[in-house]
Amino acid sequence: MMQDDQVIVCEKLTKRFGDFVATDEITFEVHKGEIFGFLGANGAGKTTAMRMLCGLSAPTSGKATIAGFDVYTQTEQIKKNIGYMSQKFSLYENLTVLENIEFFGGIYGLSDQQIKDKTNELLDRLGLKSEAKKLVASLPLGWKQKLSFSVAVLHEPKIVFLDEPTGGVDPVTRRQFWDLIYEAANRGITVFVTTHYMDEAEYCNRISIMVDGKMEVLDTPANLKSQFGVRSMDEVFYQLARSAKRGD
Amino acid sequence: MEAIVVKNITKTYGKGKKTDGTLAVDNVSFTVGKGELFGLIGPDGAGKTSIFRMLTTLLVPDSGSATVDGHDIVSDFRQIRSTVGYMPGKFSLYQDLTIEENLNFFATVFGTTIEENYHLIRDIYVQIEPFKTRRAGKLSGGMKQKLALCCALIHKPTTLFLDEPTTGVDPVSRKEFWEMLKRLKAQDITIIVSTPYMDEAALCDRIALIQGGKILSIDTPQRIVQSYPEQLFAVKANEMYRLLQALENYPGILRSYAFGEYAHATFRDPDFKTDDLEAYLTGQGLTSVRIEAIEATIEDSFIKLLN
Repeated sequence: MMQDDQVIVCEKLTKRFGDFVATDEITFEVHKGEIFGFLGANGAGKTTAMRMLCGLSAPTSGKATIAGFDVYTQTEQIKKNIGYMSQKFSLYENLTVLENIEFFGGIYGLSDQQIKDKTNELLDRLGLKSEAKKLVASLPLGWKQKLSFSVAVLHEPKIVFLDEPTGGVDPVTRRQFWDLIYEAANRGITVFVTTHYMDEAEYCNRISIMVDGKMEVLDTPANLKSQFGVRSMDEVFYQLARSAKRGD
Repeated sequence: MEAIVVKNITKTYGKGKKTDGTLAVDNVSFTVGKGELFGLIGPDGAGKTSIFRMLTTLLVPDSGSATVDGHDIVSDFRQIRSTVGYMPGKFSLYQDLTIEENLNFFATVFGTTIEENYHLIRDIYVQIEPFKTRRAGKLSGGMKQKLALCCALIHKPTTLFLDEPTTGVDPVSRKEFWEMLKRLKAQDITIIVSTPYMDEAALCDRIALIQGGKILSIDTPQRIVQSYPEQLFAVKANEMYRLLQALENYPGILRSYAFGEYAHATFRDPDFKTDDLEAYLTGQGLTSVRIEAIEATIEDSFIKLLN
């Protein structure tokens, strides 16, 4: 792979809290347009690693660049070049669909005209035209999550970080959500996603699994299954996570 | 004898003069037998929590009726509160009390002691006992979950209500939690559990699939998958995204969607030939095409019911 194809590069990235090593020398890279699954048991160090990659928490040691920007010194540039959504934080419930799009478009520095164009395109694609003036609080969870994802990529970021985006979502909406992920990846947006659904692990180009702060494996789902001699990602995960010493 | 009998309960929130409000539970009826492990399976917003809150007497239904252990959920709420255990979806113990203090508190409120029913919680409690002087607010998610289960069990409830005990929990911890439930079931406790994870449905004696406040189907997991109306096929090819698009455009397709490393598909023609599909997919430029007839899972059944 060429160097400029890499949008995330980490080398021995580490975060300590006192004696506790939350993220322990993780080294990996993620390519443009890749769907990268970031898995691990509760407490394996995923959230800490993700916070560093998003420029929200300074590493203790190691190196990392996100979209070419350094996680120690260029955190503001990182934030402009990424999108983020999670199950917990997504949109402002007391703003309408339209107001949320305008608000986040403004935050991401889009012009009024860009926001207008993007808004129409987004409402069309999600079939949310008739709901545009409704409060986000009144939307079903699945719609909220789809809208939230679309808002996270409104500014066409290099990378979008998704923290358990489909938790609690019904099986049909969960699949529609993954359609959006595929579309974004096809446009060249790199998708960095955590999930507890092992069928979703199969939808990723490559999977990493964190155990006790370390990145224990990193490969395609097919290679991981053959390496562990099992038929499903569920079994791969089970074998690895069962060996964890750190309780969550 | 039935442990829980629910007859046509309905619950609406925020109903006012100008607004119809939100219909959370829509004319729901079901029964749970004594000692049964019964699952309410459905996504967020399906109405699971509202049903739990009505059965644990924390909410009054707009209409309909229900009994728990023969006690009416409205008129006999005191009896129900003293005999059931309830673990809400949101962590609701005292964050400023330690593990031990929380457990003691709940035992005392219910007029019992930890020692008296220790046999019920032993398997679970030994896992958190090393941290018994730690405040509940400082515990990890998994430990909070175990403590909450101990507190819900300490008065030896006849019926245990577990509202989404495994949401946001990783697959390994989820498996461990279901092992615990199986052991509790062996102690003759009726368990009603809700979950958004379809794979957990198979571990219940009977399940109700629920969406939008309505029960879509209610039966044993085996019978629900057996009643899947069409023959289901698993299809695999070198590229998932293109495979899904190709399947969607296949003339004889009824339903198709991603399912882990496979796409699942059903077809209109009962005499559907896999060779025809294989030729079509290969013609679309896909390679390594594999098609096999498979049995449906609960998730397939749920998807079918939602459509």
